[in-house]
Amino acid sequence: MPELIFQIAIIITKIVILTFMVVLPLVPVSVYFERRFSAVIQDRVGPNRVGIPLTLLGFKKDFHLFGLIQPIADGLKLFLKEDFTPAHVRKAFYWMAPALTVVPALITVCVVPFGSPISIFGHTEKLVIADLDIGPLFVFSVASLSVYGITLAGWSSNSKFPFIGGVRSTAQMISYEIALGLSIIPVLMYYGDLNLSTIVQQQADHGWLLLPLWGHDADHTFISKLLFWFPAAIAFLIFTISIFAETNRMPFDLPECETELVGGYHTEYSSMKFAMFFMGEYAAMVIGSALIITLFLGGWSIGFGADAWVSQLHIGDFYFGGLIHLGCFMTKLIGFILFFILVRWTVPRFRYDQLMKLGWVVFFEAALINVFLAALIVAAPQLEKTIIGVGAVLLVIVTAAVIWVAKVSEETPKVLRA
Amino acid sequence: MAVVKLQRPKLNFGEKIYFGALIKGFFLTMTHAVKSLRGKSVGADELASSGLGVTMQFPEQRWDEHLPEYYRGAPTLVTDEQGRERCVSCQLCEFICPPKAIKIVPSEIPSDDPWVKVEKRPLEFEIDMIRCIYCGMCEEVCPEQAIYLRKDYLITGLKRADMVHDKKKLYEIGGTRAGLVNKWNELK
Amino acid sequence: MSDTPSATAELKLPKDLAAEKGLVNVQIDGIWHQFPKGTRMIEACRQAQVIVPHYCYHPKLSSPGNCRMCLVQMGMPPRPAPGQEPQRDENGYEIIGWMPRPVIACANTIGENMGIRTTGELVEKCREGVMEFLLINHPLDCPICDQAGECRLQEQSVQHGRGVSRFVDMKVKKPKNVEIGPRIRLDDERCIMCSRCIRFMDEVASDPVLGFTQRGTHTTLTVHPGRLLDSNYSLNTADICPVGALTSNDFRFQMRVWFLKETPGIDVNCGTGTNITIWTRGNKIHRITPRLNDEVNSAWMPDSHRLNFHYIDGEARLTEPLERGTGILPVSSVPSFSTTTWPAAIASAAAKIKATPAAQTAIIASGRMTNEELFLTRALAAEIGTGQLALVPRFAEADALLIAADRNPNTTGAKLVLGTEDPFAHLDSIREGVRNGSIKSLIVLGDDLITDAGFTTEDLGKLDFLLQTSVLANPTAEQAHIVLPSAAFAEKRGSMVNLAGRLQRLNRAVEPQGQAHDDWEILRDLLLAISGDTNQVHQIEDVFKVLAENVPAFNGLTLSKIGHQGTQIADTGYQIPLLANERARKAAGLING
Repeated sequence: MPELIFQIAIIITKIVILTFMVVLPLVPVSVYFERRFSAVIQDRVGPNRVGIPLTLLGFKKDFHLFGLIQPIADGLKLFLKEDFTPAHVRKAFYWMAPALTVVPALITVCVVPFGSPISIFGHTEKLVIADLDIGPLFVFSVASLSVYGITLAGWSSNSKFPFIGGVRSTAQMISYEIALGLSIIPVLMYYGDLNLSTIVQQQADHGWLLLPLWGHDADHTFISKLLFWFPAAIAFLIFTISIFAETNRMPFDLPECETELVGGYHTEYSSMKFAMFFMGEYAAMVIGSALIITLFLGGWSIGFGADAWVSQLHIGDFYFGGLIHLGCFMTKLIGFILFFILVRWTVPRFRYDQLMKLGWVVFFEAALINVFLAALIVAAPQLEKTIIGVGAVLLVIVTAAVIWVAKVSEETPKVLRA
Repeated sequence: MAVVKLQRPKLNFGEKIYFGALIKGFFLTMTHAVKSLRGKSVGADELASSGLGVTMQFPEQRWDEHLPEYYRGAPTLVTDEQGRERCVSCQLCEFICPPKAIKIVPSEIPSDDPWVKVEKRPLEFEIDMIRCIYCGMCEEVCPEQAIYLRKDYLITGLKRADMVHDKKKLYEIGGTRAGLVNKWNELK
Repeated sequence: MSDTPSATAELKLPKDLAAEKGLVNVQIDGIWHQFPKGTRMIEACRQAQVIVPHYCYHPKLSSPGNCRMCLVQMGMPPRPAPGQEPQRDENGYEIIGWMPRPVIACANTIGENMGIRTTGELVEKCREGVMEFLLINHPLDCPICDQAGECRLQEQSVQHGRGVSRFVDMKVKKPKNVEIGPRIRLDDERCIMCSRCIRFMDEVASDPVLGFTQRGTHTTLTVHPGRLLDSNYSLNTADICPVGALTSNDFRFQMRVWFLKETPGIDVNCGTGTNITIWTRGNKIHRITPRLNDEVNSAWMPDSHRLNFHYIDGEARLTEPLERGTGILPVSSVPSFSTTTWPAAIASAAAKIKATPAAQTAIIASGRMTNEELFLTRALAAEIGTGQLALVPRFAEADALLIAADRNPNTTGAKLVLGTEDPFAHLDSIREGVRNGSIKSLIVLGDDLITDAGFTTEDLGKLDFLLQTSVLANPTAEQAHIVLPSAAFAEKRGSMVNLAGRLQRLNRAVEPQGQAHDDWEILRDLLLAISGDTNQVHQIEDVFKVLAENVPAFNGLTLSKIGHQGTQIADTGYQIPLLANERARKAAGLING
């Protein structure tokens, strides 16, 4: 019995620390980065005022802290705003929708490995809330629930622009989920495992999927890793772009496209309910980044064979290498969030038909072919040369056929004239 | 209206997949960001900005020395080099003022005043700075060159009443302007 | 106007046709007109709606022709050689021979077959030259000059001036800011020597105190040594002064004229009913000037009447209905009043009036009330059932010009509306009744009984109920139980009949001050409160309509039909002395207008 209580205590501690002290603070931090970074891109300053108002207490100067307190001020402001519910909305769904966008995003945190195991007084604990063996599948299944939040928000607002936003979001998320799921099949085939902790551990030992430069042995020859780099890169590209679409980020933020839809699905929302959509979007961005890092960029791994040595660092009984790995993971995460922001302020918004075409005509087919390509590469050592040749030819034919079909379908129909 | 048929440009394969352009875009954005971080934004020097972007950090840095020659700030009343208030309350500015911001109560100059020969001056002269649109028509219409748009741009107040500039305040901001009108000089 | 030749008229020439009607043919700017013989050229042009700029000419004054602004080109048919027939055009007019020199239009009379050109290079050059001469010594202090905005010099400078002065010498200095009278200020530098003021004081006011001294550019308008321009008509000189030389002390530096709204009205200070223009900005009256009406006041008005408007927003103005406090203290000589609301005041007054028997109730109306108000007063008397209705006579000395002895502006109207020859008849019996206690309730509309009607404070103290409507606080109101603030003459609409029997209109120039109501509304509300009827009368037009149906003299009229110049509705035989003078001078050919 005490053992069970101890286990529960550990789990709750992990949830509290990893969800509420690591991931959630990343939301305001990424908002702050978004604002400062976009300001720098646009020759502006961005929020740089909110700090410790010492002048109010009679001191000569304020501490501005580069405006780092700004997210807190924003949150406080959103909390104190009037929570206005329009009379024409469908109340129950209207209230449910914001929660449905935030909660799935936060639940997916539980399978992300934040670092290597920490050991203290002989007790080893993994830095992951739930070390599930179906990691990526769990993430997809839960994350796809957030489409309900946006759709319900659009529908329950009972107003035309939010409704269009909701419908757009539904179509967009469902379309890109296919490409999202297909694109990581090569990765899973390569690792032969669905447990994210294991996948990261493998990358730490034998080189990241996109940086396979160390840890070569008989099972993991440098040549095979280099060969697999191509399908991995394609998978990475499709997966990353699909994550952009899944999180409704620029350039795929058509559900909240201001120029067309006022505010999109959250037009009728205010105060904290609006803030929850905002949080949901950024939380999804954080989780998406975490997933990409975990699958393709080595997760918490420092790389170059240094991980094993880091894991051995200890003061007395306290093996703290996991914390260093946690720091590494966070650094990668913030770096990737910055990449998200860079994309947002560089690439203009897609047209909706372009978005759909990209999802269905390009990514779906590319991911499918990529699966066969990966399969061929993974299976190659066990196969005869002729079979490999036949497979390669078939693959080329299929690819050519797909490209031809796409090209034919693209040809603009002749304008009919009387 | 002539109809001009435009041919869409033929795109080659590289342009069609627009991936290169995307990468180019990232580099462009990043280069610009780095430039901005190093305080090399276009116009940063002219505005003496703080280094980040071109923004002037307002309460610490001021427009004062950066205002262009032609800047039109708050309308004010001016006195001449002998301390005479130029305004003779002809009320043309009150008439021309598009938002009706000016209110004048004219009065006769008492006989013991050194400028009694001017005969007329404003008893009250109020410009409602909430209404004022800084168009400068009052300055243009003034036959006595008594009203000028100075460079004051920080017209603030905590109450509506604070925003109404009375005669005293207008002369305080306006100060003196020499020359221009010699109609009331000693020869007369 | 020009005759078109027809088959029947071919035998007769245009000059014969005109001569039959006592007219002469004149061609003005190429168009033929017919005017009576002896008309001045400038007047003929005015009637033909051709503008001839001028300064010294005034239709009501003689024409000295000293400003030279009205120069026009004139032409007459050349005198034929003996035995030669004059040349005629196809319409029968003689060919005009144009004179090479201009003539002044204000002092020359028209003749048969005369031609006048008010445009053309010659005339335009002359005007430009005259304007330049007029402006060489002008101080150009328009920004401080009260005339700016209604200054002929400004207007014609825009049309005919050069814009830039060629005059390089020192301007002649003359006295400025001279007090030549109690109400008039003179600025000699602005004077253009048109002599309108001199002629007015001589010819109309018969008080010739003004004149020119010095010569040439040093000519100076001045007042006779030892005299002042203190005539009661002196402010008319400021009106007719085409520039800012003469300005009114009262209006001086108060407001620029371009802000002012003009409302036509009539003067209520005496029975003449002088036509006036009320100049207002916002809800403030800034000045009153006479308005041209050849049947009433010509173009003039007395100063005392003109300046009598400051009380409208003065200290003594009543702005809220007052009711005498029930009072814990015994009634002292100065009763205390408390403000009340209109419905409460009207209801309270109606209750008091109904509580008193009709025989003990009397109404004292005023000759300053409009016809509509008097008509409602008559209805009020009928509703109460009292025959005790009188007006307060207010007589003072008349002058020989415009001020009538009867200082009530609507005595004639009262006679017509109340249907009695002597509306003042019952006043004595009412006063007696109040003194001996047979009248207990008194409604006083507008007038001050203690000052004007011979009542004393003790008399009024005997009353059980005294209702007063008034514009200003007065001794009678102090004795009243209820005081209702009413509207002044510039705040109400209505009609009045002057001593000569002319029906004229009052117009609302400003809104009543504070809570004050129009008198007719007060009377209507009181009437309704006493009778208990529902209101059928919403506008003053409705009152006038009923009045026109019930009073024969007003039959067929409406308020709008009266017009700004008034309508003659009765023949009283009264002659306005100033008009008699003017007509005599016109008959003598001294003036033209």
